[in-house]
Amino acid sequence: MSFTLLAEGVVAFLLVAGGVFAFTGSLGMLQFKDFFMRLHGPTKGTTLGIGCVLIASMLYFTVTQREFHVQELLITLFLFITAPVTGHMLAKTGLHMHLRFTTGTRGSLPELRDEDVGQSRVARPAKARHPWRTRQSRQRSRQKSRLPR
Amino acid sequence: MLETALMISLGLIVAAMAMNVLRLAKGPDVPDRLLALDTLYVNSIALIVLLGLWLNTKTYFEAAILIAMLGFVGTMAICRYLLRGDIIE
Repeated sequence: MSFTLLAEGVVAFLLVAGGVFAFTGSLGMLQFKDFFMRLHGPTKGTTLGIGCVLIASMLYFTVTQREFHVQELLITLFLFITAPVTGHMLAKTGLHMHLRFTTGTRGSLPELRDEDVGQSRVARPAKARHPWRTRQSRQRSRQKSRLPR
Repeated sequence: MLETALMISLGLIVAAMAMNVLRLAKGPDVPDRLLALDTLYVNSIALIVLLGLWLNTKTYFEAAILIAMLGFVGTMAICRYLLRGDIIE
């Protein structure tokens, strides 16, 4: 009985920890200023969070059904192998496309070959237009608001 | 205790997915959106596992494995396309 209670506590702790780690990773991805900073959140925080959740699930089913469940370990292993590969490829893509970064971000990769780093910055698509407000109407409304002063 | 923890975890992961969708909508460049999609599928795996815990079944783990493998392959394919302009040379 006490063992079951202990296992329940461990599962609950792992679930909450996994949720907090996943939340933190996504918060970092939303809040950081720069693509190369944003890459840090999901590759570390979210991976650790999902590892916690999967191990909690494995522990829960092992204790309640009294037999080993290893399928979750398979997903955990796969994600822990693929997350660094994905991060590496995404960073390479960012370097290749010459994404702009803030002044705090440093570093270049001299070992990258010329064909890996693109020759020029990729052109940004034009900013999407507001559906009904054109530039002239905005200027007109600005002038209207200035008139009373 | 377990149900409370499950609810807290579900809420946090749904909030994380909402933030991913926000970044997917406003990401200024293509790699930002790609990163948002990658995180979104990882979070959806967590959501499926939590659903399996809630319903006390292990039916959904195959779906989780499938999402993990196909998501990785998809991210790799788009990265290759952005890097080389071609997926299989």
